[in-house]
Amino acid sequence: MSLILTPAPGAAPLPAMVAAQAGMEARLLLRNGEQLLLAVVIPLLVLVGGQQAGDLLDLGPGRRIDILTPGVMSLAVLSTSFTSVAISTGFERRYGLLKRLGASPLSRPALLAGKVGAVLMVEVLQLGLISVVAAALGWQPHGGVRPVLFVVALVITGTLAFVALGLLMAGTLRAETTLAAANLGYLLLLGGGGVVVPLHRYPDGLQPLMELLPSGALAEGTRDAFGGAALGPGPLVVLVVWALVAGALTVRTFRWE
Amino acid sequence: MVEDLVVAYGARPAVDHLSFTVAAASITAILGPNGAGKTTTVETCEGFRRPTAGGVRVLGHDPHRDSAWLRPRVGVMLQSGGAWSGVRAIEMLRHIAALHAEPLDVDALVERLGLGSCGRTPYRRLSGGQQQRLALAMAVVGRPELVFLDEPTAGLDPQGRQSAWQLVRDLRDAGVTVVLTTHYMEEAERLADTVHVIDAGRLVASGSPAQLTARGAENTVRFWASPGLDVRSLAGALPTGSQVEEPTSGSYVVSGHVNPQLLAALTAWCAAHDVLTEGLAVERRTLEDVFLDLTGRELRS
Ligand SMILES: Nc1ncnc2c1ncn2[C@@H]1O[C@H](COP(=O)(O)OP(=O)(O)OP(=O)(O)O)[C@@H](O)[C@H]1O
Ligand SMILES: [Mg+2]
Repeated sequence: MSLILTPAPGAAPLPAMVAAQAGMEARLLLRNGEQLLLAVVIPLLVLVGGQQAGDLLDLGPGRRIDILTPGVMSLAVLSTSFTSVAISTGFERRYGLLKRLGASPLSRPALLAGKVGAVLMVEVLQLGLISVVAAALGWQPHGGVRPVLFVVALVITGTLAFVALGLLMAGTLRAETTLAAANLGYLLLLGGGGVVVPLHRYPDGLQPLMELLPSGALAEGTRDAFGGAALGPGPLVVLVVWALVAGALTVRTFRWE
Repeated sequence: MVEDLVVAYGARPAVDHLSFTVAAASITAILGPNGAGKTTTVETCEGFRRPTAGGVRVLGHDPHRDSAWLRPRVGVMLQSGGAWSGVRAIEMLRHIAALHAEPLDVDALVERLGLGSCGRTPYRRLSGGQQQRLALAMAVVGRPELVFLDEPTAGLDPQGRQSAWQLVRDLRDAGVTVVLTTHYMEEAERLADTVHVIDAGRLVASGSPAQLTARGAENTVRFWASPGLDVRSLAGALPTGSQVEEPTSGSYVVSGHVNPQLLAALTAWCAAHDVLTEGLAVERRTLEDVFLDLTGRELRS
């Protein structure tokens, strides 16, 4: 085979670059054992375990599985879009991958879009799997197009906010610090946002604050949608604001190397 | 292309008032010992570092401001790293190819650089030489018009080095401008059209390998004959300024401005004194000698 080396420089079309980046990152994420544990195994354990452990975990009135499933979905979104992104990006910087990509035609916005795309692809798999298992455990969500569309909007804006937060961390801290901070952040967002345990089980004074956390907004919004409650724009607004603020900070502070 | 460049980390400059230009479709080697500032210089050209003073123009553009214009046109080989730890070599190369409009044929490039043997091994478990070949492949796969190769053959076996060198020559012959860093004298001498020797961030010499090795004409002639010749008489017969020594018995070194006249005078003296030399060699200084002379023979830390 002969190699024609004459220069023919040029970037691939933007959508092609973003698609290549998203596909590549999704594949790598699914290939990585620890990430898969975080993305799939832990949420499913919480779902099945939470359903069984009625005495240990008081979720309040209502059918247990119906309260639990939206929370576990939010947990899955949080783990992929925040923790996985922060940790993997921290190591991408450490191993010079970001520097390498920084020398390629892929622009920063295209890299971000690729990462969001990869996370959304993995989330489709996660949420599909959780829905199937939850249905098997007796989950009965309120049907209809509106709640589903609302949840899709929540997941997309939530993903944007969490990816931006994860990148903000990975772009400024060292890889090991990012690893620790991402896990800590995961636990704080999980507990502080009332992801698994509904907000109304927390002290009254804390609830308004918790609704303002991205994890709180995502989980409560999802629970409301599948629980048949009235759908207000509140959670979406919270997530959009987080996405914009964290996104703007990330674009300003992100270091490639 | 590089004008009076200063790049400092903290107070100490890593690159100190460096200036040079690179001709299109040529191979330029930046030669220097560890820590000389080679990586710092090329990474400034790649837009990864900002000059503390002075400036850099790449293809006539500012590497920072015009990064979006330059990135598709410039191929980059980092000194280390540059891939996901779990990615397979060919997968990574295909990914970089997918970011370009008209990439090289990946299969042909894989074959050319012997990357096929990497198989499904994740990047972090590839051997150093395999990682190095992949980095070189990633630098050229987008069909750039200019490539920066930071130590392209570090850690390669002789076959790998030959194929990397041949690829670099073919790139130049195809019209690509190549800037590479190295501390292998042989590499600079065999490959480069122009060599810039830098030491402690300063340019200490520039020129073609032939110019650098000819500089000062401090070449020598060595010959072997019966021991104990009258070296003073011989020196008197040679052009002024020539010196003759017999460092070991029967082995003679003539130093000075070595030219055909000197050789003729040497052989005439031998004929007059009935001396048959057993061997006679004109020794050119190698770039290694030049390098060591310029950068000092001591290993510095
Ligand atoms: N990020 C950095 N922070 C502080 N000092 C640095 C940094 N990068 C390089 N240096 C210093 O700048 C000097 C030049 O480094 P550089 O990497 O450019 O050398 P080099 O010629 O590429 O060396 P080598 O042959 O070992 O690759 C060295 O003294 C190095 O310690
Ligand atoms: Mg270097």
